[in-house]
Amino acid sequence: MMDNNQIESQVGETTRPHITAKVEIPEQRSKLHTEDLAADGVSTTGLEARSVHAWFDKHHALADISLHFPKNTVTGLIGPSGCGKSTFLRLLNRMHEFIPRAAMAGEVLFAGNDIYAPGVNPIDIRRRIGMVFQKPNPFPAMNIGENVVAGLKLSRVKTSDKDALIEDCLTRAGLWKEVKDRLGSAGGSLSGGQQQRLCIARALALNPEVLLLDEPCSALDPGSTLRVEETIVQLSATMTIVIVTHNMQQAARVSDYCAFFLSDGGPGQLVEADLTTNIFSNPSDSRTADYVQGRFG
Amino acid sequence: MSVAVETMAPVPTRPWRNSKATGMRNLLAIALALICGGAINQVTGLSGFLGLFLAAAFLFPVFVAIANAKRGANVITDRIASAVIAVGFIAVTIPWLSIFFTVFQKGSEAFHSSYLTDDMRITPSGDDLQYGGIAHAIIGTLLMVLVATVVSVPFGIIAAIYIVEVKGRFAGLIRFLVQAMSGVPSIVAGLFVYSTVVILFGGFSAWAGAIALSILMLPTVARTSEEVLKLVSVDLRTSSAALGATQARTVFTVVIPTVASGLITAAVLGVARVVGETAPLILTSSYFVATSTNLNEPIASLPIYIFSSLGLGDQNATARAWGGALVLLGMVFFFFLLTRLFSSRIKRK
Repeated sequence: MMDNNQIESQVGETTRPHITAKVEIPEQRSKLHTEDLAADGVSTTGLEARSVHAWFDKHHALADISLHFPKNTVTGLIGPSGCGKSTFLRLLNRMHEFIPRAAMAGEVLFAGNDIYAPGVNPIDIRRRIGMVFQKPNPFPAMNIGENVVAGLKLSRVKTSDKDALIEDCLTRAGLWKEVKDRLGSAGGSLSGGQQQRLCIARALALNPEVLLLDEPCSALDPGSTLRVEETIVQLSATMTIVIVTHNMQQAARVSDYCAFFLSDGGPGQLVEADLTTNIFSNPSDSRTADYVQGRFG
Repeated sequence: MSVAVETMAPVPTRPWRNSKATGMRNLLAIALALICGGAINQVTGLSGFLGLFLAAAFLFPVFVAIANAKRGANVITDRIASAVIAVGFIAVTIPWLSIFFTVFQKGSEAFHSSYLTDDMRITPSGDDLQYGGIAHAIIGTLLMVLVATVVSVPFGIIAAIYIVEVKGRFAGLIRFLVQAMSGVPSIVAGLFVYSTVVILFGGFSAWAGAIALSILMLPTVARTSEEVLKLVSVDLRTSSAALGATQARTVFTVVIPTVASGLITAAVLGVARVVGETAPLILTSSYFVATSTNLNEPIASLPIYIFSSLGLGDQNATARAWGGALVLLGMVFFFFLLTRLFSSRIKRK
């Protein structure tokens, strides 16, 4: 596996400017802070965002998000479209910088080190923090088996037993039974739901410590959705998972914690973050209650 | 329980297709257009196949409109548009077929049993057609095009990768230069190589010809590759990056295999662009009558063979020129066939 030393050795004091947002930021009722979680006895060695902001050119898309994702839990990011959930997700594994003129502020701590610190290799970060996108996108020039191990090929990692890895990842993604007899056919020949599970298998092959899912079920039928959700729950035994979803039932079903994002025309903000049961049954902010009960958004 | 009831078995139909009546109306309109066109030919100065086509081309849409007059404005508009498109298609096919058949008809006269294997080493161009051949020109053209391809295809694709994938600081400048290069007249490329390579190394050579061809080929390959690479969706690149791939790995493992057949097409278009070039070769590889594979010497080529044979004015030499043109056409056709087969095999994998 990848070692943590490379990152740890390069992190000193963070000197990047901390920009205070010019917008008024309401009091956040987030319980997903390192201190709170430590008080509750939750392991705090997961992924943590500290006062994260995001800009696209001059558009302030995300303001002052602080969230701690405890290790081996599932956190759901919920909120209406355009509130910055996906932007926030992409900030967590340095995919944000692929957008031209994108900017950010704040820190994202992974295993205690800022992934935006100078000298950190984003390639390493993306290997250890996997991502599955909204639209399934298997590589067209590769067959099903090759797609699963594409990550290894792309990052030049050698494996002794490719076939076993392919079977293991496809089984964990809940796809093995359906495709075991046609690993040689094109990834694009699968149905949309199968393609998405193939993409999850592809992310699993690199054995990431964190898995980011950006609305992974938005293009899937209920059956495939159920299977992906089962996969997520199983994976959370060994992996920290952050999932963006527009489906309240899904958030309730799979997540341990939930964070509610909202934009009132300005940058997206974190309204509330808590245990999923609290968010759905006893939210402390009235806007959260309105949203989860479907009164807006 | 079930009662045997005689029912009509369903017949598969295609209600969205044109009915037979429409087809009949079309045929009627075509026949009328041809008859009236023939009549016009008799009355006016128009004559021959082209005259008939010209007259019928204008009459056909009119007759189609009349034949469908009772079926409403939408149908009439649709029928007229279809007729105009059909006429346009035939209009652009005629010159193409004409070139093809003329070259085939006149070129086949020069063919004899050893035409493709013999050369003009001991045969004057005006000699009887059963002597001599074209092997020297075929080999010369193949050699120079091969060298030009080996040079310009990698450079062209690398330039396209720089413009589309790397998006480096000079991407705009390079794109501009490539576009400007594709506008360079071929004689200028020949003159450039003449004034540098030919004068510097003391004479005409196949190398010089290959360099001139690669200068002409490079922008075609680069521009086509650029368009092909642009077709790869951003999603593929981001998901590759999300798997921890460097940009180089993404390009070589995901992007290029995805558009491999397109890049092969880019290479073939480049070959097709230069294989018939004459002007730059006059100034670089010059003229030769014997079969040669020495790249340091002047070498024969198909375009020069055609050009020089035609210049003699002799009947047999002119026939040889047509023969050369047929071989050149056949060669380009063969290239296209080969790459079609090749790229479809890649896709199937």
